[in-house]
Amino acid sequence: MPKVKSLEDLMKIKEQALKDLKMRGSQKRGKIVVAMGTCGIAAGAKETLKAIVEALNKNNITDVAVIQSGCMGLCEVEPTVEVRMEDQNPVVYGHVTPEQAERIVKQHVIEGKIVSDLVVRKGEV
Amino acid sequence: MAVSTNTILICAGGACISAGEKSVKQVLEEKLREYALDGVVRVVETGCMGACDLGPIVAVFPEGVYYQKVNTENVKKIVEEHILKGRVVEEMLFEGPQGKIAAEVYEEHPFFKKQVKIATRNLGIIDPMNIDEYIARDGYFALTKVLTEMTPEQVIEVVKKSGLRGRGGAGFPTGLKWEFTRKSQSDKKFVVCNADEGDPGAFMDRSILEGDPHTVLEAMTIAGYAIGGQKGYIYVRAEYPLAIERLKNAINQAREYGFLGENILGTGFSFDIEIRIGAGAFVCGEETALINSIEGKRGQPNVKPPYPAQKGLWGYPTLINNVETFANIPPIIIKGADWFASIGTETSKGTKVFALAGKVKNTGLVEVPMGITLRELIYDIGGGVPNNKKLKAVQTGGPSGGCIPAEYLDTPVDYESLKELGAIMGSGGMIVMDEDTCMVDVAKFFLQFTVDESCGKCTPCREGTRKMLEILEKITRGEGEEEDLEKLEELGKIIIDSSLCGLGQTAPNPVLSTLKYFRDEYEAHVKEKRCPAKVCKDLIRYVIDSEKCVGCTACARVCPVGAISGEVRKAHDIDPEICTRCGSCIEVCRFGAISKVSP
Amino acid sequence: MVKVDLDKVREIVEKVKKETLEEGDILINALHMIQDYYNNFVPPEAAEEVAKLLNIPASRVYEVLSFYSMFSIKPRGKYVIRVCKSLPCHVTGGREVMEALKEKLGVEIGETTEDGLFTLETTSCLGLCGVAPAIMINDQFFGNLTPEKVGEIIDNFRGDKNAKE
Ligand SMILES: Cc1cc2nc3c(=O)[nH]c(=O)nc-3n(C[C@H](O)[C@H](O)[C@H](O)COP(=O)(O)O)c2cc1C
Ligand code: SF4
Ligand code: SF4
Ligand code: FES
Ligand code: FES
Ligand code: FES
Repeated sequence: MPKVKSLEDLMKIKEQALKDLKMRGSQKRGKIVVAMGTCGIAAGAKETLKAIVEALNKNNITDVAVIQSGCMGLCEVEPTVEVRMEDQNPVVYGHVTPEQAERIVKQHVIEGKIVSDLVVRKGEV
Repeated sequence: MAVSTNTILICAGGACISAGEKSVKQVLEEKLREYALDGVVRVVETGCMGACDLGPIVAVFPEGVYYQKVNTENVKKIVEEHILKGRVVEEMLFEGPQGKIAAEVYEEHPFFKKQVKIATRNLGIIDPMNIDEYIARDGYFALTKVLTEMTPEQVIEVVKKSGLRGRGGAGFPTGLKWEFTRKSQSDKKFVVCNADEGDPGAFMDRSILEGDPHTVLEAMTIAGYAIGGQKGYIYVRAEYPLAIERLKNAINQAREYGFLGENILGTGFSFDIEIRIGAGAFVCGEETALINSIEGKRGQPNVKPPYPAQKGLWGYPTLINNVETFANIPPIIIKGADWFASIGTETSKGTKVFALAGKVKNTGLVEVPMGITLRELIYDIGGGVPNNKKLKAVQTGGPSGGCIPAEYLDTPVDYESLKELGAIMGSGGMIVMDEDTCMVDVAKFFLQFTVDESCGKCTPCREGTRKMLEILEKITRGEGEEEDLEKLEELGKIIIDSSLCGLGQTAPNPVLSTLKYFRDEYEAHVKEKRCPAKVCKDLIRYVIDSEKCVGCTACARVCPVGAISGEVRKAHDIDPEICTRCGSCIEVCRFGAISKVSP
Repeated sequence: MVKVDLDKVREIVEKVKKETLEEGDILINALHMIQDYYNNFVPPEAAEEVAKLLNIPASRVYEVLSFYSMFSIKPRGKYVIRVCKSLPCHVTGGREVMEALKEKLGVEIGETTEDGLFTLETTSCLGLCGVAPAIMINDQFFGNLTPEKVGEIIDNFRGDKNAKE
């Protein structure tokens, strides 16, 4: 990575990163973001993450990325997971135990149906 | 206030989206705006309604009328006919089998509604390990602007004009602090970020460091430029290993991109940042103690003045700000001082992040404009007290703060109003307590904290707080005497007046504020030997109601000390002499026969 | 008794020196690393070596060791359990969690289990009040605890040890 030397350099990185964030132009069909603050981890986010990766593998889904973020602050419903599929509004789910994680992969990622009972927030922030 | 008379649900299930839901929604909203209905009619996206083949589906509530195959043309009819004239559009009605269709409304969690996110703008949105995502959300644009377009004096002017005050506790105007440090003459100066977050009930700094580490790095570098410093330290408590890991990663990335190090952005300005880790001493959050700790010494406070801005780290001028304070800087630079100053109240500008904890439904971090009322915070955002319990008090400001009773819930939250009530803003911890909380117990708790954490350097703090704690313990044991309450007040005043640092100077606050607002509760303990909230072990008894007890023996089996006797299917009895008030029996009785009583 | 390898201590101090840009402030960082290396305590011999290496009186090292609650010069268990005892955890069931831990481990606060696995300590707020009650075991965190859950967690850690031996 060459060092950033000007506003133009910075703009370029921003544009590329924005594309990646929204996933346009990337190979992936979607991404699942697991909130991994200490609070989330203390509430079990690591197990949730593992369950998601396993569920994706089990169903041979390779075009959905799994990444981590900080937390959005609603500790009460940790662990939280955001599912962001192409052309769809992102959905944040709460209280995602490993079992629920599997359900989310099946129902939302595979069948395209929102798991309504776990929704905490929907739409772009 | 606009009242929604209608709600239009539009299916955003996978199938309806591919059938054009998005553009239908757009036209629908445009149409509503055209008729100035956008405040009255709410449009909500729902999950799959189960009629994918006839989508996109639109439903109008409260009537519960479903329309099928809605497109950008005929959606206008729904507005013009149905909404405006109250006539159902027959030809678009859903024809599928009844019962097949089901609309679900997704209400956004009320938690997010009143929030205005500045310091926490990126939390949960970006990947904290990826600098590009920070840049995607305008990261490092403020630094670029500062280094290429602004003089240090201009930067300080903007911060001053924004009205930003320190978020670490004392609320000192940040711009002024920057100016003082700039004016101190020295060829070497430091910037320190205070991430020692020790107030019980506060965790915003941790979340910011874990979720958006770059914002702190960017702000510190801007501060370095403004004061004429070369190096920064972030002092993080050792209890935050994840924050430390993310910060380390962020520092490396920032160095790689050239936002830290020599000749940043080719402007000739050089600045670098290092992490220092605490080791479990609350007092190290105090700025002079923190400096001692970074220098590798015991973290005890020094007498001020000199202030760190004059003589700080290794004797050089040092700027110390809190994590949240720093997190506000980049948006202020980008959006301007006026924008920031337009949020909040006259004396408290911008937003504050609060950590809602204790007996509140939605525990978590909320960022709200200053001046919001406690009621909005706790009820509208926090969802109120769980289990239909009554709110009793709110504790703000941790061990330096005070308890605000329920009567004052409509107080606006800003530095001055809280202070007037004998509490403080502090770092933003907000502990909600319900009717089951004993205020004497709470006061005792905070004092225990201070006694544990006093560094021991000055006598009033070390001995005075211990003395106060002893009195509180006496009271909760039921051995309190009437003069004890005055003694507490006297001791409190002495400690406040004669301690060296903020820890001692504020330690009596939790006691004094509970004495002020809940004196009757203290008196009940002292005069009647009664704990109204039924918390203090020595003042309560566990009893079994013989009317309700069916003799299931569950309680007798669980009691660890064998205090419960009774025959099967006959009413049981607890021997108060043996009972240790552990509370196990109450949990297991399914007939609600056991209760706590305080004489 | 742990045998103290002074070369290792030297190596650690060198490493910390290399990682920092400024001289003179590496004592606390070095002690952290030594404590990690010796499984949760700083042996006196190591402390004295550090003093020599940094050219400071040993008394200063001990001063620092005794001031900060996270350091210990007495051996501690392989896992140090820190139970939060601050108010938000207290009002949401922290007391019961503490009792359950004491009972499960058979030790009081400040003590180490006979098998040398666990030391039970208290801490002030861990910043996890949103998922209170919370505890920290070495570098790991657990929240939303109940007496049953801490029981399971301890069992898992015990199992962990068996797996490794
Ligand atoms: C006992 C004590 C503990 C403190 N702990 C913290 C802390 O954990 N974090 C913090 O930012 N400020 C803490 N402060 C306040 C700092 O001394 C200092 O005012 C603050 O870091 C300045 O930053 P600000 O102006 O951005 O708020 C503490 C003060 C005292 C007296
Ligand atoms: S007031 Fe307390 S904590 Fe502060 S210097 Fe004195 S003894 Fe130490
Ligand atoms: S409170 Fe505890 S000790 Fe007392 S009777 Fe109930 S179970 Fe036994
Ligand atoms: S602070 Fe992260 S979810 Fe609680
Ligand atoms: S045994 Fe008496 S009510 Fe349970
Ligand atoms: S009070 Fe226990 S983690 Fe904050």
